[in-house]
Amino acid sequence: MKSLGSIRRSFAPWNDPAARPYISFEGITKRFGDFTAVDNLTLDIYEREFFALLGASGCGKTTLLRMLAGFEQPTSGRILLDGQDISGIPPYRRPVNMMFQSYALFPHMTVEANIAFGLKQDGMPKPEIEARVAEMLKLVKLEKFAKRKPHQLSGGQRQRVALARSVAKRPKVLLLDEPLGALDKKLREETQFELMDLQQELGLTFVVVTHDQEEAMTMADRIAIMDKGEVMQVATPAEIYEAPASRFVADFVGSVNLFEGVVRERDAKGTTIADNGGMTIRTDIAGEEASPGQPVWFAIRPEKIKVSSRKPANGFNAAEGEIWDIAYLGDMTVYHVKLDDGRIVKTSAVNAARVVEDALTWSDRAWISFPTDAGVVLTR
Amino acid sequence: MAEAVERGSEMTAQAGDSLANRVVSALTSRLVIVAPYLWLLFFFLVPFLIVFKISLSQTAIAMPPYTPVFSLTDGMSALLSGLSELSFENYLWLVDDPLYFNAYVSSLIIAAVSTLLTLLVGYPLAYGMARAPASLRPMLLMLVILPFWTSFLIRVYAWIGILKPEGLLNQFLLFLGVIDQPLLIMNTNTAIYIGIVYSYLPFMVLPLYATLEKMDYSLIEAAQDLGCTPSGAFWKITVPLSMPGVVAGCLLVFIPAVGEFVIPDLLGGSQTLMIGKTLWNEFFANRDWPVSSAVAVILLLILVVPIMFFQRAQARAQEQGR
Repeated sequence: MKSLGSIRRSFAPWNDPAARPYISFEGITKRFGDFTAVDNLTLDIYEREFFALLGASGCGKTTLLRMLAGFEQPTSGRILLDGQDISGIPPYRRPVNMMFQSYALFPHMTVEANIAFGLKQDGMPKPEIEARVAEMLKLVKLEKFAKRKPHQLSGGQRQRVALARSVAKRPKVLLLDEPLGALDKKLREETQFELMDLQQELGLTFVVVTHDQEEAMTMADRIAIMDKGEVMQVATPAEIYEAPASRFVADFVGSVNLFEGVVRERDAKGTTIADNGGMTIRTDIAGEEASPGQPVWFAIRPEKIKVSSRKPANGFNAAEGEIWDIAYLGDMTVYHVKLDDGRIVKTSAVNAARVVEDALTWSDRAWISFPTDAGVVLTR
Repeated sequence: MAEAVERGSEMTAQAGDSLANRVVSALTSRLVIVAPYLWLLFFFLVPFLIVFKISLSQTAIAMPPYTPVFSLTDGMSALLSGLSELSFENYLWLVDDPLYFNAYVSSLIIAAVSTLLTLLVGYPLAYGMARAPASLRPMLLMLVILPFWTSFLIRVYAWIGILKPEGLLNQFLLFLGVIDQPLLIMNTNTAIYIGIVYSYLPFMVLPLYATLEKMDYSLIEAAQDLGCTPSGAFWKITVPLSMPGVVAGCLLVFIPAVGEFVIPDLLGGSQTLMIGKTLWNEFFANRDWPVSSAVAVILLLILVVPIMFFQRAQARAQEQGR
């Protein structure tokens, strides 16, 4: 069986049994009245990690972040920061800083004064404050805007001021609540890379909350997928995408086809599934433990499926249908294939060539096929 | 063909309609702009000019008790000779008699002290309201406005019942044993302060509440996140950001308090010197309309000029980007 080892990164303290987590949520539960925002959650984050909490709104990710910042107290459980329980420490004594979703820039202060605010609270001597502020302004390329007030800045500039203000104190951990949520698409993409560079440069631990999966995938070392106050999976972006742990994760991140079926055979070479639509699926990916007779789901990403007008040679991992829908996106084309049993399968193909001779079109008969390492078996 | 004609006439009807609509909407928008100016013209500027004219006249035992009285039917020459009779004598009189100067100063001091007291009482109140659960706020707002439903005069009279030596307050304190002699609050400046703070509190609380309520609470969290204690965040963030409300509230209390007549008359003693009382005495006791008009004009200048300067300074600060 193949493993996913090749797509792991070199920075991976979570695989090192000797590494000590920097932030630990231990059985954290947070209730607001009879609503449970975070439910008995346990999670470890390592030093210098760029960690993303990804989930739909209301999944408890922001509550988790606010508990780390000290604005909310957990109903039960404890939070350790560098081995120390920080549950009772008020926000103004925690060595973490937060970048707010609304940026929360002080409207009555200049950019300079905003950045210097935290340093002044620490009683840092004036020349040092000035030097640090200048350094921060340079870091976010806002030297020319030092004397401006927040309302005289563009959205992107405000975001930079908020960032500079939150890293000015050199916190151990920087918390970012939807840091790019208010920016337009183009700026967001640029800023993603800038944030990653900044994190590398300053060597900080970043915990970012986002609902934008692309953002999380681009920036994070590891992602925690959250749903209804619980963590569904914690893994690197590639693992989340290629080896989702459950149907929820597979469906939440990117686009997926789920084939329901029953395990027919399982041995050292792989798993064979009898799909409910009559297709035989063979996979050699080591996935969830599944014994023969057990109902399972086979998850496969659209780009892993090939559409062709010719019948594939294999008798497995293939099904016949007709082209139901075509969406031309420029860089790629999405085909919806309606199988003869009525199920719709999403596939996509990169448009490597500009012009394709006798391309598939609506209502054409077509075969879908995929290799044995293209998908994963899910039991949940 | 007929259809085409029909459609054509429909189109012109539509065009005519839209033109009429446009004219009406242009007129309405004009009217909306002009209406407040007309209001100010007829109910502020014209009465003020009349008062100003009276302040330049002489007293006379007549009805009305001053000369000259212009009449538009007497012709141009009468009007001109009347104009030549006007003089600033009454204003000189105000400077000569220290009574007026003292009354102005004393009014300003009393108004300033009571404005400060109102702010001290009103700020925590407004802050508490703004931080109360959103569902409670309309009710709290209602409670602040509720006293307006009773006549101002009656409410001030009620304070006599509370503050007088055998009044409710003294009885209560004697009953508690906090004091063994009734406090003499009635007919002192303290009674005036209490009266003004009580009466004008809503004017302070409402603008303060409006600014505090719309303040983004994440600013406080951001300040705390950056190492500021809750009280530090209050002074460094909340207070500066609520300044527009503080200024508006203070002006709304200070301006009417300077000219206040009812409260000093009912609650203050005979030795209380306030310009409102002086004005009343000149007008009704002495029947000296010209001098009382001069008093009123000067009072207006005392209030308007500094406020204009203040507003200009604020506008400039805003331009520089606050």
